[in-house]
Amino acid sequence: MSITVNDVVFVCVSGVTVLSALGVVFSRNIIHSALALILAFLGVAVTFFQLGAGFIGLVQILVYAGAISVLIIFAVMLVMNVDAARTNKANPNGWTFIWGTLLALVIIAVLGTTIMYSDLVPALGELPVADAVGALAGLMLGNYVVAFEAAAILLLVAVVGAIILARGVEEK
Amino acid sequence: MIGLNHYLLLSSILFGIGIYGVFSKRSAVAILMSIELMLNAVNINFVAINRFIHPGNTIGQLFAIFVIVVAAAEVSVGLALIISIYRQKKSVNLSDFNIMKW
Repeated sequence: MSITVNDVVFVCVSGVTVLSALGVVFSRNIIHSALALILAFLGVAVTFFQLGAGFIGLVQILVYAGAISVLIIFAVMLVMNVDAARTNKANPNGWTFIWGTLLALVIIAVLGTTIMYSDLVPALGELPVADAVGALAGLMLGNYVVAFEAAAILLLVAVVGAIILARGVEEK
Repeated sequence: MIGLNHYLLLSSILFGIGIYGVFSKRSAVAILMSIELMLNAVNINFVAINRFIHPGNTIGQLFAIFVIVVAAAEVSVGLALIISIYRQKKSVNLSDFNIMKW
């Protein structure tokens, strides 16, 4: 039972991830929320690297920390018509705050106690697949080819739909 | 030693923070951000369980990729909808989004 470098890195990175996720939720300025969201995405990417899933980590950095964050920041800039410091206020209806806090605390407490007291696999077993990208490609074009094609069609439809929605209707 | 339960704990904490954001925020963009946090928590679960329970295959990573694809589609369509509604309502507060309520 010795503490390895991996454990220290995990504790630091998960702490940064949770803190920046809290920053996303509690920040008053929505641009600060978006920047904290990028930090949370990068923390999750480091977690993926630690789990031996390098390809997923790279995809996480490219898609989430790169593309989705830029999209969100652009949308924030486009729809910001008031002072930036007041853009991310809590819902004025007090019940949503109470319900949200209760539900989040209940989920964290119940899942946390269940996870900590359950008999899960304690430590890493054998090493993961060495050629993860090749294995993923084999699965994608093998057993899961229908899901792969459906994901491709979904992305195409989403891009066309987003363009049509954001362009709006022409004034007659 | 860091085991599977620590990864699951991190993921459930992120999921709880995301749920709090979805419930208590007023801006539609902030709610989309909280949904992204929750999807990230799910991805951590997929990859961690894949690594600890079945290290010999990569099906969990494959499903994480599918979740990322669906999240990208969802966020692009969601932001386009928000921009489109903003053009009419001049607001991104969810309490003003009642044009389909009868």
